[in-house]
Amino acid sequence: MAAIRIFARHMAVFRKIWFTNIMFNFIEPLLYLTAMGYGLGTFVQDMEGMTYLQYIAPGMVASSAMFAASFECTYGSFIRLHYQKTFQAMLAGPVTVRDIVAGDIMYATFKSMVFGLVILTVISGLGQVQSWWALFIPLFLVIPGLTFSLLAICYTGITANIDNFNYYITLFLTPAYLFSGVFFPINSMPGWVEVVAWINPIFHSVEVCRAMALGNINPGLLVHAGVLALFAMVLMPLAVRLMTKRLIV
Amino acid sequence: MNTTVVRAENLGKTYGDFRALKGISFSIDAGDCFGFLGHNGAGKTTTMRMMYGMSTVEEGGLWLFDESFRLTPPSIKARLGVVSQEDNLDDDLNVIENLEVYGIIYGLTRAESRVRGKDLLVFMGLEDKENSSIESLSGGLKRRLVIARALINHPDIVILDEPTTGLDPQARHLVWQKLRSLKAEGVTLIMTTHYMEEAVQLCDSLVVMHEGSILAKGSPQYLIATYVRPYAIEVHLPLSQVPEGLADKVTAEGGEVIRVLDSLFLYADDGEKLWNSLEGWGVPKYACLLRPSNLEDVFLKLTGMGEDA
Repeated sequence: MAAIRIFARHMAVFRKIWFTNIMFNFIEPLLYLTAMGYGLGTFVQDMEGMTYLQYIAPGMVASSAMFAASFECTYGSFIRLHYQKTFQAMLAGPVTVRDIVAGDIMYATFKSMVFGLVILTVISGLGQVQSWWALFIPLFLVIPGLTFSLLAICYTGITANIDNFNYYITLFLTPAYLFSGVFFPINSMPGWVEVVAWINPIFHSVEVCRAMALGNINPGLLVHAGVLALFAMVLMPLAVRLMTKRLIV
Repeated sequence: MNTTVVRAENLGKTYGDFRALKGISFSIDAGDCFGFLGHNGAGKTTTMRMMYGMSTVEEGGLWLFDESFRLTPPSIKARLGVVSQEDNLDDDLNVIENLEVYGIIYGLTRAESRVRGKDLLVFMGLEDKENSSIESLSGGLKRRLVIARALINHPDIVILDEPTTGLDPQARHLVWQKLRSLKAEGVTLIMTTHYMEEAVQLCDSLVVMHEGSILAKGSPQYLIATYVRPYAIEVHLPLSQVPEGLADKVTAEGGEVIRVLDSLFLYADDGEKLWNSLEGWGVPKYACLLRPSNLEDVFLKLTGMGEDA
């Protein structure tokens, strides 16, 4: 499995940058948590039997994991492909494009777990986690991590310009995040939104994270995880195909 | 007994409606330094990229170590070292980490890779740069590091795509010296260049490429002896000041004349004799230079870059 050697390269970089990287990234979810949870939360009486802060906290874990995976496989992969030519350098070695894609999504998934774990620690510190099941959240985050890094690397494969990532973020990630059930229950929206939510990966991730944080374990969680895993399985060959087109001429 | 390590038969490549490579054939012996000489766009890089797996073989055939393929498999890439045209070093890592991580990609352990990396830094004269950032290296040092990186897996073949383009003369000589020591160790070198001097200095055998075709092959000495007269006289005069009928006079003496931009190049079997005739024909000697013919003359003649005058 040569992908593990590509992953080793990324980890060598991570060991150098992890501190600044994490510091920067956990500020934003923390800002949302304070602004929404404490600010807006004062006006919200009860959210499905929870305080507003309790309600949104697990969603922050899921969404920061999503952003971590997404940024790594958009900007990060794009820079490795077009600017630093890291992919090309590695491809001269005994690896395939598939190994390179796999190495990149392993790294993005790893970062996604790390950032999820950091936010999970923060919300636990704030007393917003009710169950020991929450300890399994970082492990679960592997599945949405793969899905989001694959989605991102597919987009990286089709985009020719780094500025185009704005579209990915504003037209896909942000709406997906806002209508994912992080801030309000999806079933409060018109019926079609609920239907659309099922193809929104972050919706599934939020549902599982919240259930685990509350200790509300039920078989429905397997369905959410299954949908995410299905996305990942479909996207992997597509990502390899798109990257092959970029690398091999 | 020489073993062939690379063989191409009617190798072609088409991008859209541009035929970058028009069916070339060549073979490279183990232990040789083999050069692809040509301008940008001659098809050199395309050929290299097919060897090291960045481009697919779609027309004709390519064999490395007697194995043919459409896209170079990892098992073959494991035996190659690649110095690409661009310095694609890893800016996120320092000098020794670049080598260490690259060794890991070849399946070495971190410790093995570090040991080899340090040896290679010594070999390439970079030992005092071990912990420097890539950003801080000059062009020449970066190039040497790329070469060091290409050697981390102890390759049987090193492919170098324009290894010294953009380097100052001193840095270039240093790279040449290192490449010669590699060759002395029995490593096969395959390189592209558009520097004639580089080809003469290093290559046992070379092909002259132009617009996707091979125009000639052989050793530098063979090519010079075969394609041009032994002596060349460069006439650096504005064409308006060149006496009328000079070309005819040279031709009448059994010489040849080609025009390269604003200069005339005269070729003869007896350089001295032609040289001594020039003044009488009204060509001032201060504007002329008599020298032995070289690979550049072969190149000018074969590619038609010099026009018949």
